[in-house]
Amino acid sequence: MTALLSVRDLHVGFGRDPRANEVVKGVSFDLEAGRTLAIVGESGSGKSVTALSVNRLVDFGGGRITGGSITLQQDDGTRLDLAAADERMLRHIRGRDIGMIFQEPMTSLNPVHTVGRQIEEAFRLNRGLSGAEARNAAREALERVRIPDAASRLGYYPHQLSGGMRQRVMIAMALASSPRLLIADEPTTALDVTVQAQIMALLAELREETGMTMIFITHDIGLVAGIADRIMVMQQGVVVEQADTSQVLDHPQHDYTRHLLQSVPHFTSGRAARHDGQRTDSKPPLIAVDGLVVRFPVSKGLFHKPAAVHAVDGVDFDLVPGETLAIVGESGSGKSTTARAILGLVQKTRGAIHARAGRGVRPIQMVFQDPFASLNPRLKVESLLAEPAIANGQHKDAALRERMNFLLRRVGLPADALDRYPHQFSGGQRQRLCIARALMLNPEVVVLDEAVSALDVSVQARVLDLLIDLQRELGLAYIFISHDMAVVERIAHRIAVMYAGQIVEIGDAAAVLSDPQHGYTKRLIAAVPAIERRKQRFTLDATQVPSLVRPSGYEPPPARWREAGLDHRVREETA
Amino acid sequence: MRVLAALWRHPSGRIGATIIALYLMAALLGAVGITPHNALKQFPIDRLKAPSVNYLMGTDLLGRDTLSRLMLGIGQSFVVAFASVACATLAGTVIGLLAAWWGSLWDGILMRVMDVLLAFPAILLALLIIAIVGPGTFTSVAAIAIVYTPIFARVVRGPALSLKRRDFVDAARTFGSSQGYILTRHLLLNLVAPLTVQVTLALAWALLTEAGLSFLGLGTQPPAPSLGLMLSDSKNLMQHAPWLMLFPGLTIMLGILGFNLTGDALRDILDPRTERRTA
Repeated sequence: MTALLSVRDLHVGFGRDPRANEVVKGVSFDLEAGRTLAIVGESGSGKSVTALSVNRLVDFGGGRITGGSITLQQDDGTRLDLAAADERMLRHIRGRDIGMIFQEPMTSLNPVHTVGRQIEEAFRLNRGLSGAEARNAAREALERVRIPDAASRLGYYPHQLSGGMRQRVMIAMALASSPRLLIADEPTTALDVTVQAQIMALLAELREETGMTMIFITHDIGLVAGIADRIMVMQQGVVVEQADTSQVLDHPQHDYTRHLLQSVPHFTSGRAARHDGQRTDSKPPLIAVDGLVVRFPVSKGLFHKPAAVHAVDGVDFDLVPGETLAIVGESGSGKSTTARAILGLVQKTRGAIHARAGRGVRPIQMVFQDPFASLNPRLKVESLLAEPAIANGQHKDAALRERMNFLLRRVGLPADALDRYPHQFSGGQRQRLCIARALMLNPEVVVLDEAVSALDVSVQARVLDLLIDLQRELGLAYIFISHDMAVVERIAHRIAVMYAGQIVEIGDAAAVLSDPQHGYTKRLIAAVPAIERRKQRFTLDATQVPSLVRPSGYEPPPARWREAGLDHRVREETA
Repeated sequence: MRVLAALWRHPSGRIGATIIALYLMAALLGAVGITPHNALKQFPIDRLKAPSVNYLMGTDLLGRDTLSRLMLGIGQSFVVAFASVACATLAGTVIGLLAAWWGSLWDGILMRVMDVLLAFPAILLALLIIAIVGPGTFTSVAAIAIVYTPIFARVVRGPALSLKRRDFVDAARTFGSSQGYILTRHLLLNLVAPLTVQVTLALAWALLTEAGLSFLGLGTQPPAPSLGLMLSDSKNLMQHAPWLMLFPGLTIMLGILGFNLTGDALRDILDPRTERRTA
């Protein structure tokens, strides 16, 4: 059997001198029809560029193929070298033979057209359908990607759909021309875990239905375990390992693959939870949050009733010195808003946040998700680090310099870092910088809002280790906000699961992860991709998060709690 | 220095910067009195001479050397342009920053006032102000500054609104940084690039507005030479002495071209997207 796609010694470069600036350095692979190849690597490994070279979209990003061949077997059996094809030919190929789905479904859809029109357009261009025929085809396409009530969703604009729904629409469009090859570039990275599980299940089912070939690009080696036939691991533009999935996962040959497999946080249902620093009742809490409510008013115009988004709706928890409370939940669950309310960055509507006055002037500090956005790009590290101290009346003297140097060393940054600008550091280094800055005022509590989510897995593991070390050394308490159950398992003593603005389950980390009681916690844990569970099948589940926009004056029914064990409470589910 | 070097490497930046440098040099020489002839002294015997070796750009009705007068005129125009743009930048930046920072009511009030000013054509508004206060160099500066303040307010307010929502501003709040510190270090410092571009482009418009006001007799008052005034004097002699119109006209045009080219080049150089790539 000949390969559908065969890439030989592919070189791709960028910039004015593409040969000197190569990002992909001699990649070769064969892909047989009906098989799925996963390209795995960290950012900058060249995995996306390799895939984008196959349909030559890389040309539009300023890249040039400087060597090698990409041979695609066409319908009629002729072979075509895509690396040498002209743009007119490629347009034809892109629409008909190679479909593509991207990471960010919002920016890939045109916001001013309904999704129906956009899918119809795909059918008109690639299949020559028109009018009612195209409309019918669009409806069928939406049904094929399991969108409930497809006929009425055709009239929706992209912003009216959730992220998962938008990604399904993108898949429907990509499949409009029945491509023989589908390239999926990190299609689930921007999505929540439960939605990710649904999209993965959908792709697996569609692959069986249509027998299409797939290239799946991801940074998460655990994710592809269930879907890929072959895995190709890339590092700095070079393929370091390429073999069948089970071979790569069970008997990795290359050091880098082993390293990737080790640093991916493995989710083990609470078996790896921390057992240091058990909670005792003797310590008074550092922070006690009591009935916190945050609502944002929405005005929908003159003739609509006033309403409010219930971002956080009655949240209680406390935090004792030296422990990590993880708040987990998906986007829109109110976990970040809770954190921001504790720091005073959003106004709370109701409730109380008692923070015990401690050793510092500002006992609660925060580390943000995006290390690129949370450091002013125009200031040197010295000014960035000194800012918290200066804001609280200290002066730039020898003692302050000593503290800055000490913290820089402690978080593992070079001593000459003070004289540099943030853009001269990598993402992981910047996040270390943010941690050092948060520690400048010697706080007792650090709120970490998705602080490791934007980092590559191996960097993520090292930053987590640093956080745990710092916690032991300095006696810090963490509020760790995350959507990633595997990361949470490594760092949390206690876990609070948030859903639609409320805590649905809270308690000891091992207890919550090993014996989840609430339906949502169970769904969340079942959706975590894990290499160990790759033989299990995901099932499609179209449960939607309820709307958090409530009419003004609405109050949620009072919570009823059930004790599920020592330090493990679950909210009773209302039918 | 880094920006100047990049400006030199940029093709249109090099042309623009050269023109501005030549103009500055001419203005400086004029200011210290190093001109081919005395710009103010009349030589009735040499009136309306065509350009020659002695008078490179000819002489006017009163026998004054056009080149010497141009050098002084450039100085006068530059003083007015730089002073007015400096005032407009200062006022516009403060208004734009505060409108973005305070938000809601203050944003509404400040920006609607700016909108009212923007609704008038620039030259009409300047005429109105001068008609009330009376002509003169100082009034020209004030009038042009008021005309261009709203543009700076808008240029600052937009990016300031988005900077205000960035994580590093939130981070600064969690440390308890003062508003003044956040406004200057976190907002203003990140606005330097768009402001630099806007200042360069505004200099071109200010130069043109000043020439326009002087042409109408409302800017620089005779006998002090000014580009607009020289154009205005030449309009009745166009057929007899076309050089009297040609050289001041070319001087204004080239000056504006110089600032515009520099502004375009700075926009390319300071664009955060290209900057990040080279960094």
